[in-house]
Amino acid sequence: MKPFTYARPDEASDAVAALVADPDARFLAGGTNLLDHLKLGVVEPSQLVDVNRVTSTEITELDDGTLRIGAGVANSDLAADSRVRRRYPAVAAAILAGASGQLRNMASTGGNLLQRTRCPYFADATTPCTKRSLDEACSAREGWARYHAILGASESCIATHPSDLAVALVAVDAQVQVLGPDGARTIPIGEFHRLPGDDPTRDTVLEHGDLVTAVDLPAPAPAVTNSTYRKVRDRASYAFALVSVAAGLEVRDGVVADVRIALGGVAHKPWRATTAEAALRGRPATDEEFRAAITAELEAAEPVESPLGGNAYKIPLVTGTVVSTLRGLAGGTS
Amino acid sequence: MTTTIPLSITVDGEQRDLDVDPRTTLLDALRERLAVTTPKKGCDHGQCGACTVLVDGRRVLSCLTLAVAKDGADVVTANGLAPDGGSHPVTEAFLANDAFQCGYCTPGQVCSAVGAIDEARRGMPSAATADLAGDDVVLDRAEIAERMSGNLCRCAAYVNIVTAVEEAASR
Amino acid sequence: MTTMDARSMGTSVRRIEGPDKVTGTAPYAGDTVADGTLVLYPVQATVARGEITAIDTSAATALPGVAAVVTHLDAPRLADDGDPEHRVLQGTTVHHRGQYVAAVLADHAEVAAEAARLVVVSYDEAPSTTGFDPDGGSYTPSALGNGQAPDSVVGDPDAALAAAPVVVKASYATPMEHHNPMEPHATTATWVDGRAIVHEASQGADLARQTLATLFDAEVEVSSPHVGGGFGTKGFLHAGTVLAVLAARTVPGRPVRFALGRRQMFETVGYRPATVQHMALGAEADGRLDALVHDVVGATARYKEFVEPAGGSSRSMYAAPHRRTSHRAVPLDLDAPTYMRAPGEAPGSFGLECAMDELAVALDMDPIELRVRNEPSVHPENGLPFSSRGLVECLRTGAERFGWSTWDRAPRRRLVDGWWHGVGVGCGTFPAFRMPGSTAEITFTGGRYVVAIGAADIGQGARTVLTQIAADALGVDVGSIEVEIGSTSLPVGSIAGGSAGTASWGSTVVEAADRFRDKYGEDPDDGDHADAATPDNPWAEEFAMAAYVAQFAEVAVHADTGEIRVPRLLGTFGVGRILNPTLGRSQLQGGMVWGLSMALHEESVVDPRFGEVINHDLAGYHIAANADVREIDAQWIDEDDGYVNPMGAKGIGEIGIVGVAAAIANATYHATGVRVRSLPITCDDLLTDPAFG
Repeated sequence: MKPFTYARPDEASDAVAALVADPDARFLAGGTNLLDHLKLGVVEPSQLVDVNRVTSTEITELDDGTLRIGAGVANSDLAADSRVRRRYPAVAAAILAGASGQLRNMASTGGNLLQRTRCPYFADATTPCTKRSLDEACSAREGWARYHAILGASESCIATHPSDLAVALVAVDAQVQVLGPDGARTIPIGEFHRLPGDDPTRDTVLEHGDLVTAVDLPAPAPAVTNSTYRKVRDRASYAFALVSVAAGLEVRDGVVADVRIALGGVAHKPWRATTAEAALRGRPATDEEFRAAITAELEAAEPVESPLGGNAYKIPLVTGTVVSTLRGLAGGTS
Repeated sequence: MTTTIPLSITVDGEQRDLDVDPRTTLLDALRERLAVTTPKKGCDHGQCGACTVLVDGRRVLSCLTLAVAKDGADVVTANGLAPDGGSHPVTEAFLANDAFQCGYCTPGQVCSAVGAIDEARRGMPSAATADLAGDDVVLDRAEIAERMSGNLCRCAAYVNIVTAVEEAASR
Repeated sequence: MTTMDARSMGTSVRRIEGPDKVTGTAPYAGDTVADGTLVLYPVQATVARGEITAIDTSAATALPGVAAVVTHLDAPRLADDGDPEHRVLQGTTVHHRGQYVAAVLADHAEVAAEAARLVVVSYDEAPSTTGFDPDGGSYTPSALGNGQAPDSVVGDPDAALAAAPVVVKASYATPMEHHNPMEPHATTATWVDGRAIVHEASQGADLARQTLATLFDAEVEVSSPHVGGGFGTKGFLHAGTVLAVLAARTVPGRPVRFALGRRQMFETVGYRPATVQHMALGAEADGRLDALVHDVVGATARYKEFVEPAGGSSRSMYAAPHRRTSHRAVPLDLDAPTYMRAPGEAPGSFGLECAMDELAVALDMDPIELRVRNEPSVHPENGLPFSSRGLVECLRTGAERFGWSTWDRAPRRRLVDGWWHGVGVGCGTFPAFRMPGSTAEITFTGGRYVVAIGAADIGQGARTVLTQIAADALGVDVGSIEVEIGSTSLPVGSIAGGSAGTASWGSTVVEAADRFRDKYGEDPDDGDHADAATPDNPWAEEFAMAAYVAQFAEVAVHADTGEIRVPRLLGTFGVGRILNPTLGRSQLQGGMVWGLSMALHEESVVDPRFGEVINHDLAGYHIAANADVREIDAQWIDEDDGYVNPMGAKGIGEIGIVGVAAAIANATYHATGVRVRSLPITCDDLLTDPAFG
């Protein structure tokens, strides 16, 4: 680990200014991902700016029914909040499906969204990786690609986004509040994370110095109140997703009135399955319809074939997981 | 040349003052600077739980915590749960149920169990909680296993760990 | 032959060191904190094969806080003990990626790590092969890892297969796996007046001492009072220990600590090598085997041979007039493989016991009945009688307890709440033997008997169980016994390995106790003492001696996602006398969890482009977590075997894992109708099989 300095400002604006003044400075929140990357040599900042004194740890309800989650709220506190558990069950379930009790006590809401990929070639500073350096090639494409993307990938990167929380936030149309060098702004969660394209070094649309200050959950629609998160992984706990699904469903008279489907473990960002959602609205809430809808979504899938393990299995896995999850939300056996 | 930063923390009830390199983790500060070797280094990357301690009452991974960021914190290890020199229900239950073999992950398991029992008492749910909307947690074996899954045990004394936590939680 | 009387043996005495372990005050090798300790951080080869052409240490040496940078150019010379793994910093040749090529010593860990990154090493890289291709160039090894011959043949197995009415031929694959004890290897070494004082995480302090004394041609003391798990990797010394003692020699008087990082646990301390096992079983319609063939191709390291004896248990498990085992090795430019919990038996039982299940299906016969029909009356290869053999009783007793008969034998019949359920059985064996070379010393002092032997407690409970054995051998209460282990300041102890630790040390302690009583009677004086070396087992050549197990698994497979969970595991063991039921059950259950982990999780993936295990951490290499373990039960049959040792204990360190992966694979087939012949079994295997639906 290269030496760095440490600062702990008392004002958010000072934290932002500290980064603006130093292109190699980084924010430190819960540290669960950043400390790992410091040790691995994946990031080598000159300065860490601790934002724990400047980000809110409160969850507050706004007049329009929005639930505002301070960026400093620990993941475990977010999942335990009774308003979150009752109104946005997919959000609580997603957090609880991730990491461990200790890590959830440490990790912040803002930091969770900014987690970087768990692609082993990204984490190994000795193997080439375009996400670490645009001068290097992607090692995963012909390597161990079992965990990698089937949707929206590019020649330069097939990494997946590891956050469970972010997948659920996409399904409930959350908004991200950001304080930047030019003031505050709001970014819809669906536009927050990027696809890799030819610059996979950037996971999100944030610019250097942008600080996530809060995440807003809009007043829940019926399909959000009836939502859940389903994570498929090899180990029964404490493992990243092979694939995951955040889904919400409102059925009226046997017909899908509203549906939300977001997929994790399939793309460089949480993947809102808009094709499947459109295909399902107004259709009967049956296994056959669910299957047809997700199959349509996955027509764009481009699985990776690799001698060390490809990911074509994710197509039947996503299909089965989505069908099972929607069936459960419709009152059947999941 | 790295400049060090003064740090004052309470460790197992005792105030400790030291200067640390900003790069120093809480785990290394405890083990290498303060000779508090109860928390163990199993992976140093937040993937095993052997370094678990309680910071201001919550279980956290000391390997992924920067020491400088915890100035003023109250740190408790498995050796400081009963600062009066007495016994603690969790360590007692681990002994009574043979909830370990090699013992290396055990201080982390013990701290994690203390934190997990407290979290359940405060109604915090887990992935094993059937009713997310409910306010009470029934700490059954499946709940305990899920809540303790952040502490790997290669000897795999898991069955006895769950029994020990079950017993300690019922006290 | 009868076993000795037991009063304490067979009771659940609590672990003696328990209070130190639950408070974290038991000192492990990396816990040594002494003023002036230097932290070692290694520089490791970034190529899999080649020669070092230059090393530039100037930037590292210039870093404040760095005490020394040691390379092959200036490292002290070592004697050659014949083990290439121990030739640390002795030359320019790189045998594998991750090989140590330099060591940095600094006063703080952060500085040592940073300095190591500043060392610039240049290589002349040579072409390397690191991916295991079972059809690639293999050779016949001189011996297996357990010393046995690579091949064995009885009768004419090929002709018998050709003539057999029912034949099953299938190939099974097991991956590279890493031990990953929770405590990474650690060494703290100090040279004082030409003598090395070493605190080592070791399964055998005296073996470590012997090895280091040879390499350094010096007097060496090793202590290892507590060891955070071993599972085979802390038996024979690896390069890291040599590196630490070597580097310490350059800074006499100062302690040097090298605690391996988790990544280094995937690079420098051995592993279980991958195998492909070609099985062929030929049987009569009534299930009796005519032929049993187990041909193994396994990976080894080019620079140091270790061949997993995966066909070994097929030499004794079942009767068959015509039989063959063979082992071929494929050399790779990797770190050397080594012993890992049940070496041979763990992967080998996957091949044999899955093939037996497939034969049962082909015969439309209960797989338990098939095994019973092939129970041998004597060892099928060497003709020796068994000292005791409880396999059939284990199968019958376990089946009863498990509720085996309540399940329809046809696959894919039970769907409950969206999960396919099925059951499977797998059997296993592990040899019971005794290692020579220990000495136990008993001294009566202060009204207590101090029993000293350089044994190792790696979590199995040696301190506790040896106390119980000594108490019974001397005819006193456990409170009158104080056992001292884990140091070369004590009489020599053999290693904790081969499931033979307790058998070997215990036999030695019993011998010493007998001598003590012969010499001093029941009322000794303070200071009286006696010692004894490990007695030979007079029955060793007269009987085949082994532990047996029948493992039963219930598996649940999600019908939509293919997720596999194991709601129930039952192991029924024939392992002689269980000396401490609480500790014994824990160890057997722990082994069974290893089997579960092997079945569903564990695989080290080598990326041949980089010559390294790419999933080299505990997030990428999964071992079973608490939530993976649901209902798990270990029981044992009453077995009184006076031939193995006076205690009648066969050893239980490894038998727990054997047969579990096969039981789970067979249960997965029973649940879903999909036969998976490659470990680990994951949802990928099921979802991509048309039979899964």
